[in-house]
Amino acid sequence: MAIDVRIPTILRSYTGGAKAVSGAGDNLAELLTNLDGSYPGLRGRLITPEGGLHRFVNIYVNDEDVRFLGSLDAKISDGDTVTILPAVAGGAFGLAAAAAVLGR
Amino acid sequence: MAVRAWARVGRLVAVLTIHREIIEAIVAHARRDHPDEACGVVAGPVGSDAPLRHIPMENAERSTTFYRFDSTEQLRVWREMDDRDEEPVVIYHSHTATEPYPSRTDVSYAGEPNAHYLLVSTRDEHTAEIRSFRIVDGQVSEEPVQLVDESMDPMRSIEKSGDPHAVQSFMFGQSPATVDYECQH
Repeated sequence: MAIDVRIPTILRSYTGGAKAVSGAGDNLAELLTNLDGSYPGLRGRLITPEGGLHRFVNIYVNDEDVRFLGSLDAKISDGDTVTILPAVAGGAFGLAAAAAVLGR
Repeated sequence: MAVRAWARVGRLVAVLTIHREIIEAIVAHARRDHPDEACGVVAGPVGSDAPLRHIPMENAERSTTFYRFDSTEQLRVWREMDDRDEEPVVIYHSHTATEPYPSRTDVSYAGEPNAHYLLVSTRDEHTAEIRSFRIVDGQVSEEPVQLVDESMDPMRSIEKSGDPHAVQSFMFGQSPATVDYECQH
């Protein structure tokens, strides 16, 4: 048994195009370290240099966002599915801030 | 000499072709949520570049200047697309007081390299502005938006028929100075 990990389109360059890969670990941090051994660079797209979960991604254990499960400490068991998705976010804040600075 | 514009992503022509009814539904969603930003997806069969199924999403931030898909809803919708062999062909959101152009925040979050990023501005209460972009590796390229009438379905046959009245082509906003064109003879 292993952990089934679903890879989003934008990160498939790290997995040779694979949509799903297998990994191992008792928690998310261990899983990502394990995956980085097979797919170098993948972990760096998910974890910030400070060691936290990147805000540009959502990671789920089965149906639950890991942010509700202790983030990198989220427990994982054989047979679980871990899904990685790009966080979809944005908005006019950057533009509004620029407009304020320019006095428009 | 015919000049065709190709997107940097390679496989796709740099244009968003979408049913008028879907654009109208997106604008209606943006109007409904105004002054908060509205957001959503239009799904289509993988590789088709055809946005066919409109899915309005919750803005988990409920903000006038920021949007974020609710992560639980997103997982459900992304799985549903996967089960139906679909992908997010269009990812849209509204700017409610500024132009429909991707902000730095939009560019930094753009994580679907195959998606058209559609922006709607509801800053004018009578006229909605719509513009579409590709955002790949932090590079923003504007593309024209072609509206197709539902009654002329399917889209593919219109493109083949070459009927100039079947498809109206719109470029909303100013000219696409940022589009990277490669000419084909």
